[in-house]
Amino acid sequence: MGFNKEKRIVLRHYGLVNPTSTEDYVNKGGYDALKKAKAMQPMDVVEEVKKSNIRGRGGAGFPTGLKWSFTAKITDADQKYVVCNADEGEPGTYKDRLVMEGVPHQLIEGMAIAGHAIGATKGYIYCRGEYPNSQKALRQAIADAKAKGILGDFDLEVRSGAFAYVCGEETALIESIEGHRGEPRYKPPYPGVAGLWGKPTIVNNVETYANIPAIIENGADWFAGIGAGNYPGTKVFTLSGDVVNKTFVEVPTDVTLREIIFDFGGGIVDGKRFKAVQVGGNSGGIIPEELLDTPIDFDAMSNIGMTLGTGAVFVMDETRDMVDVVKCMMKFFEHESCGKCTPCREGTFRLFKGMCKIANGEANANDLATMETLARVMNKTALCGLGQAAPTPFQTTVRYFAADYQKRL
Amino acid sequence: MTLDAIISQYRDVEGGLIEALHAIDNEYRCIPESALSKLAEAFDVPVAKVYGVATFYAKFKVGERGSNLIRVCESAPCHNAGAALVLAAIESNLGIKAGETTADGRFTLELTECVGCCNESPTITINEVPYTKLTPEKVPELLSKFR
Repeated sequence: MGFNKEKRIVLRHYGLVNPTSTEDYVNKGGYDALKKAKAMQPMDVVEEVKKSNIRGRGGAGFPTGLKWSFTAKITDADQKYVVCNADEGEPGTYKDRLVMEGVPHQLIEGMAIAGHAIGATKGYIYCRGEYPNSQKALRQAIADAKAKGILGDFDLEVRSGAFAYVCGEETALIESIEGHRGEPRYKPPYPGVAGLWGKPTIVNNVETYANIPAIIENGADWFAGIGAGNYPGTKVFTLSGDVVNKTFVEVPTDVTLREIIFDFGGGIVDGKRFKAVQVGGNSGGIIPEELLDTPIDFDAMSNIGMTLGTGAVFVMDETRDMVDVVKCMMKFFEHESCGKCTPCREGTFRLFKGMCKIANGEANANDLATMETLARVMNKTALCGLGQAAPTPFQTTVRYFAADYQKRL
Repeated sequence: MTLDAIISQYRDVEGGLIEALHAIDNEYRCIPESALSKLAEAFDVPVAKVYGVATFYAKFKVGERGSNLIRVCESAPCHNAGAALVLAAIESNLGIKAGETTADGRFTLELTECVGCCNESPTITINEVPYTKLTPEKVPELLSKFR
């Protein structure tokens, strides 16, 4: 098949360095970028990241350099924090696990560079509780880097999540580090101004930090020239479902979904036909074959009502019933809603019950219309991204796979 | 280690309540009810707050669990790969339903969301170790290792 578009920045050392050996990473040029960054003025580091045009790899696609600049320019804070969102909870996603277990030092280096850039001496990695091996790899790597004096005055600590999907939302994550229930905060203020323990805090995804050493090393222009102009660099995708090659791939952001699923992924298992793909995890849209030629960059995805999200690619063959799949996803959100705001707490419950009714052949066209109205209310009024995006699989399948619903009404 | 000994290690840690809950969970695989008032005292918060935090997170169970904790992933990739059949096989093998503990206290069975092994679904974890690409046929042999 010959898929030749793979390009590794985030995973450039994956499988090539021993994750438990700091020396091995250093011998491959590891921590050179941290040295280079420390020789630069903090604001110049922020500018370099800004100029690279890197945007957040966790789901929302916010420009990373801009985020850093808000916190960097605050001069009267007695403490600032660098936080890593490693609460990789979107089903179908395992990209951050690859970084944490394969190249933990690259994440640590990226965070230490961020600490220098924004003026923070303390960082936290909030790693999901389902990943004990990732936590172990990180703790060992941090202890070793500290012992060797590589991190200087930058202190870094791993905190474990405890099986709560909502803690992937940055303010819920902060609440959880503080020892509270993981309920999202009202924004503003944003974490960049008042985050962890009320102090200015940047929160970035694992993959975002893992890009930083290469940007500092090779320069902003190099990074900005890779992939799609509005969302440059690479993206790590993880494939699951009815696709032949269920594995990961890192590609420039101007490849298409079709290339990922058919050229790299090898197409559909058992020679069956493709039916649908969900991109970005449970909160992502589900689309048909006609839209597979969309480039995977953030804005191209948004234009077709999709989110690039986490880069999960969950493939479904012609035998899959969208009502059954979406019912499973709505059960997930009903369970994971934190309950703080009414649109999400009641909405996820009602959508799940509605999907059960449809699956049982007990719903009519009015029920479906009511669910669509409820979904729009949730999109607009839920407090955080969980409730706003929870209806997405339902909404996109009603739009693109109406026949699966109609035959049950 | 006793509850008091565990809790005393975290009382001065910032945000230490959840860290203490993790440490208790690691030792006991659950949060014994007697821990709630001890935690409340150590962190100077109401018992209701401790209870609220402990029950918010699915990893923690206030009360008791069996000596082996089985979690079956029911997220979409595992769902499509036949997680329901694996769950049924485990339920029938153990004679309990999800959320229950066997009479001999040897197994607790719970449902969970994504554990990040979606490329090898369906996945379950036993005592936090993932077992992947499961089929109903593989269940009896796997569980026999924990009896």
